[in-house]
Amino acid sequence: MSNNAIEVDHVSMMFNINSEGVDNAKEYVVKAAKKQLHFSRFWALKDVSFSVKKGDRMGIMGFNGAGKSTLLKTIAGVLKPTIGSVKTEGKIAPLIELSAGFDSNYSGRENIFLYAATMGFSRKFIEEKFDEIIEFSELGKFIDAPLKSYSSGMKSRLGFAIATSVKPEVLILDEVLSVGDAAFREKSEKRIEGMMGNGVTVLYVSHSTASVEKICNKAIILTQGQLVANGEADEVCELYRQMIKQK
Amino acid sequence: MQKLAAIKKHKDNFMKYRYLLKELVSKQIKLQYRDSVLGMFWTLLQPLLTMIVLSIVFMNLFGRDSSQVVNYPVYLLCGRLLFEFFTSSTKRSMRSIRSHAGIIKKVYVPKYIYPLSSVLSTFVTSMLSLSVLAIVIIFFNIIKRNPITITWHVVFAVIPIIILFFFSLGVGMILATLSVFFKDIENIYDVFTLLLFYITPIVYHISRLGFEEGSWQMRLIKLNPIYGIIGMFRASILFGTEFSHYWDMKLMIYTIICSVIVMVLGFVMFHKNQDKFILHI
Repeated sequence: MSNNAIEVDHVSMMFNINSEGVDNAKEYVVKAAKKQLHFSRFWALKDVSFSVKKGDRMGIMGFNGAGKSTLLKTIAGVLKPTIGSVKTEGKIAPLIELSAGFDSNYSGRENIFLYAATMGFSRKFIEEKFDEIIEFSELGKFIDAPLKSYSSGMKSRLGFAIATSVKPEVLILDEVLSVGDAAFREKSEKRIEGMMGNGVTVLYVSHSTASVEKICNKAIILTQGQLVANGEADEVCELYRQMIKQK
Repeated sequence: MQKLAAIKKHKDNFMKYRYLLKELVSKQIKLQYRDSVLGMFWTLLQPLLTMIVLSIVFMNLFGRDSSQVVNYPVYLLCGRLLFEFFTSSTKRSMRSIRSHAGIIKKVYVPKYIYPLSSVLSTFVTSMLSLSVLAIVIIFFNIIKRNPITITWHVVFAVIPIIILFFFSLGVGMILATLSVFFKDIENIYDVFTLLLFYITPIVYHISRLGFEEGSWQMRLIKLNPIYGIIGMFRASILFGTEFSHYWDMKLMIYTIICSVIVMVLGFVMFHKNQDKFILHI
């Protein structure tokens, strides 16, 4: 573990297509009567093993439905794998859909505390980062207005500012960032590059081999839940390009 | 050894997220009163107004027998404050997992934090609304109509409150788990609490039902732990002078056992199913 930030050990993830998503008794009874509840298994991940060293930037590629999101969720600790285990070291900050932790009746200031608390930080820690977050989010005097009065750009700027100010050890980037206007986007890209320079471990999900080659030094490919390639970013990207052609 | 390590892990995890718990509790309290002109006053006003309305409606029907109820508005308020805590905390707790689905799907958070914070925040506001009880008692003692003699036995009121807290937490955990898998529980529970309000002696005294002591109907009503909890609370406030006569030791032990069983059941159910929550919300 010492050198690895993430260890994914023989992880398999099974879903039951029929019983999941059933959230009321009527549907449950109907499906039980039709004996549809315990059949049709679906393995979203099949025996996936790899590890990410500290400071590595790992690109995760694969076609739609290959299991990328499922893999990220098991690493983030949101999903528990059916078989196998995931070990991680340090704080993981997911940068996917930044607005998830917010409450619309709360002011921007209160939301900063709430959001950071959800990510498991102490009050003291957040207070230290507070001015930095407000400054970076460019919200100024609006910070005390309730969140429901914010535009979507303001919300995502605030979310981005919090997630990156807390200096996580592992940063999960799902798809390319499209936060705010052009100027803010440039500012946020710079910020992420700066974090990478500081030895943060990055998991980067993308379909674009160009951006994976630019950002990552390692990469993996998933196909129908299986790990088909794991190695240096440029070699894996080459392979991925061939796969796209064959498809 | 392994068990000990697991307990330690849970404790460390709780310590890490205790700030989140605090944030959630204060959020729920703050948001409840934000944008309302009277603000926190509603915690006092709401039970007071309901007490007045219910007293007007039921006074003639149930309030005549002063040996059993002493002072009808106070009798009513004692029952209603505790009952209100039970229903609103369990209802909030039931919805807590669904209403935080957005976060649960994205970030790892110990999920029990949500039902726990719901019960805790309701507990805080309910404790504040207990001051209404004090105000009403003082009011009746000043105007000298059905005055209530408060003795040192009033400290015993803490016991039913603690029992009720854990009982509500247990029920809340069970409901939170069930409602993830069966959303209909929310509708059923609303009807259930209404029914529970009438079968629990809150607006009336149990003797008014006309069942004989020891009959199966009487036993059935006493099976409800909230009956015993409210009974203990009333004994410590209304019957301070004849406390030992009104305080039912057997019922106390029964309610403690009930809340321990419900708590354990709630936590076990929640713990066993929490990894599946994400697939259904």
